[in-house]
Amino acid sequence: MRRFPRVTVLAAAALVLPLSACGSGDAGGGKPTSGPIDIWYSTNQQEQAWAKATVAAWNADHPKEKVTAKAVPSGKSTEDVIGAAITAGNTPCLVYNTAPAAVAAFQKQGGLVNLSDTFGDAESFIKKRSGGAADGFRSPDGKLYQVPWKTNPFMLYYNKDVFKKAGLDAENPKLSTYDDVLAAAKKIKSSKAAKFTLYPPATSDYTNALFDFYPLYLANSGGTQLVKDKKATFTSDAGRQTLGFWQQMYANGYSSPEAYSGDMWAGPFADGVAAMGIAGPWGKGQFDGKVKYGVVPLPTAEGIPADRTSTFADSKNVGLFTSCKHKRTAWEFTKFSMSAKNDAALLEETGQFPTRGDVAAIAGGYLKDNPFYQPFADAVPRAVDVPNIAGSTQVWKTFRTAWEDAVLPGKGDVKSTFDKAAQQIDDQIAD
Amino acid sequence: MKSLRDSRDGTQAAGDPPHGGHPRPSPGHAPQATAPVRRIPGRRPGASRLERWLGNNPLGLVLTAPYTAYVLVVFIIPFGVGVWMAFHDYFFTAPGVSVPHPFVGFDNFTEVLGEEKTQRAFANLGLFMAINIPLTVVLALALASALNAATHWRGFFRVAYYVPYVTASVATLAVWLFLFNGSGAVNNVLGPWAPDPSWLANKHLVMPLIAVYVTWKQLGFYILLYLAALQNVPKELHEAALTDGAGRWQAFRAVTLPAVRPVTSLVILLSIITAGQIFTEPFLLTGGGPSGASLTPALLVYQRGIEEGEPDAAAAIGLILVTGVLIIATVARRVMERD
Repeated sequence: MRRFPRVTVLAAAALVLPLSACGSGDAGGGKPTSGPIDIWYSTNQQEQAWAKATVAAWNADHPKEKVTAKAVPSGKSTEDVIGAAITAGNTPCLVYNTAPAAVAAFQKQGGLVNLSDTFGDAESFIKKRSGGAADGFRSPDGKLYQVPWKTNPFMLYYNKDVFKKAGLDAENPKLSTYDDVLAAAKKIKSSKAAKFTLYPPATSDYTNALFDFYPLYLANSGGTQLVKDKKATFTSDAGRQTLGFWQQMYANGYSSPEAYSGDMWAGPFADGVAAMGIAGPWGKGQFDGKVKYGVVPLPTAEGIPADRTSTFADSKNVGLFTSCKHKRTAWEFTKFSMSAKNDAALLEETGQFPTRGDVAAIAGGYLKDNPFYQPFADAVPRAVDVPNIAGSTQVWKTFRTAWEDAVLPGKGDVKSTFDKAAQQIDDQIAD
Repeated sequence: MKSLRDSRDGTQAAGDPPHGGHPRPSPGHAPQATAPVRRIPGRRPGASRLERWLGNNPLGLVLTAPYTAYVLVVFIIPFGVGVWMAFHDYFFTAPGVSVPHPFVGFDNFTEVLGEEKTQRAFANLGLFMAINIPLTVVLALALASALNAATHWRGFFRVAYYVPYVTASVATLAVWLFLFNGSGAVNNVLGPWAPDPSWLANKHLVMPLIAVYVTWKQLGFYILLYLAALQNVPKELHEAALTDGAGRWQAFRAVTLPAVRPVTSLVILLSIITAGQIFTEPFLLTGGGPSGASLTPALLVYQRGIEEGEPDAAAAIGLILVTGVLIIATVARRVMERD
């Protein structure tokens, strides 16, 4: 067994030596250089159209620093694909689909460039564009390893036809408190207008917490993240209320604890199986032509007014990866793609909001023509994302396990189960 | 947001544990050693050393080299690295990033063995084997006997049993999902007797359901093995047994069962190995839930190694799995092949 370390070291050296010769920018290996780069964007159709147009505009002006763009290779999740690519050393320069929840893991792998230290104007550019929101994405060391890019605040969609059938008000539905939603769910079930009221993804994947508990918890707690000051926060009154609400949804059969056969995120609402759905502005693209829907702010225990309700930001950011040969070009292209003009184009093309402090000013004209997006735009400043903590995957997994023990079955002791989970999470963070 | 909702399958191969489950060839000598050593006249005596190294037919080594290289690259080396990882503090890094990977002895093993999830995954695997292996042997033998006796529609039945085996798991699992979800065909037939919570959300039913699914999926292959063996059972023996006054059941027990015993041994061995690798079914149907009730060691290796970025812990689970499967397989062989 003692041979293996030496073999690995040799193999690693063989890989690394030629690479380090050509100046990887952040570890003191020389200044970031310019030259051709490649980028990945998401598989979302509208986003692809935006990316192609932006890349074409850049390439026309920068013949020596051409950008080659393609969609993220398919995999179970983008995060797994990027994680594997970091290990293999073949990540592109930029990924326009980096989930904040995964940044801590990518950073630990040594895959992400420390922007704050590598580029003199990184801090000023990001702070100027995103305002205070930028600080939410800082890593535990206080530096930025991701460029905040877009925000997709979650709202509650409801199916107007189902509401009519159930004898509910389809134009001004009463859905501001948990009791309102439970009362509506009771009517929907007894009238058989829809099979379920809410049908968030039910498999054990830890990211599913971002589609059921977390948005409602942020709304109910005034935007408190899952972990704050190295402590789990969901044992508070606000957390208990949200957990209790979801347990009742499952206990009464208003939600289904089984995996949906089909697209488990947008499917249940788009197919008319669920009367309500929790989704960002991208929901419009998924639901149009399938169901008639309206949008209201997320419900809370006491019915916090819309203009004070926090929500989940579901942000996607841009990561600059250490395997990039021409980091200077990558950074220049990042700034170009987030200019006021390109940000406005992103909104118009995809209906998703750039993470800008002045989003209202940029979106003004567009919102006048597309009033549907107005409530989402209003919610952008109160949209909160996942905490940027080391080991966040494990933290979310622990939470999800407790969810499966006490919420999905519709019975079980919420208090003791989640007190235990909170203790485990505190220990995980302390490690 | 696409990333979180992107459910297409594709990276699962990366999470498969290194498994050393292939049956060892029966003990014997390497081919070179058994071949008589011939002295070729006219050869320089200095060549004999080289000859001893390369054997009489150096060309043979060249011809087997591609396969040897294949086994080395996709099995021996990754397995060796896996073993190394299990005893060190290790995580995946970008090339060029140097972090210390100190030797930690059995720390990874004690860590994973102390975790409830690991214990649950191995308990689930035990439950799976307890259902899957007997069911596979009994059903495969019964259906093969029936097929062997059938005179009409033989070709049709053979194909029908074999189709699930050659169909992609993703496709057949989608069908089972439709059958067994809360409002699926099975619960509609059962009506008031439908389980609550329904199959896939039920802690006690989900693993047995997966065991039955895998049995059904693999059955075609095992039926084929038994069918070949049954066709080699001499008819005369059967007739002799019947003439001696044995009933059909007695003849089956005294003649057929002993005759197909080597195949039964093989079927059990293959089932044990397949069981150790169960991954796709819980991965696609439940993600390991509810509450870890369908978590398997292979799925846990993927979650720990790829999703949670702890390949050292994952490698330790993988090694425990390989060792466990080898022990069970050896015991099964000893029991089945003793005279």
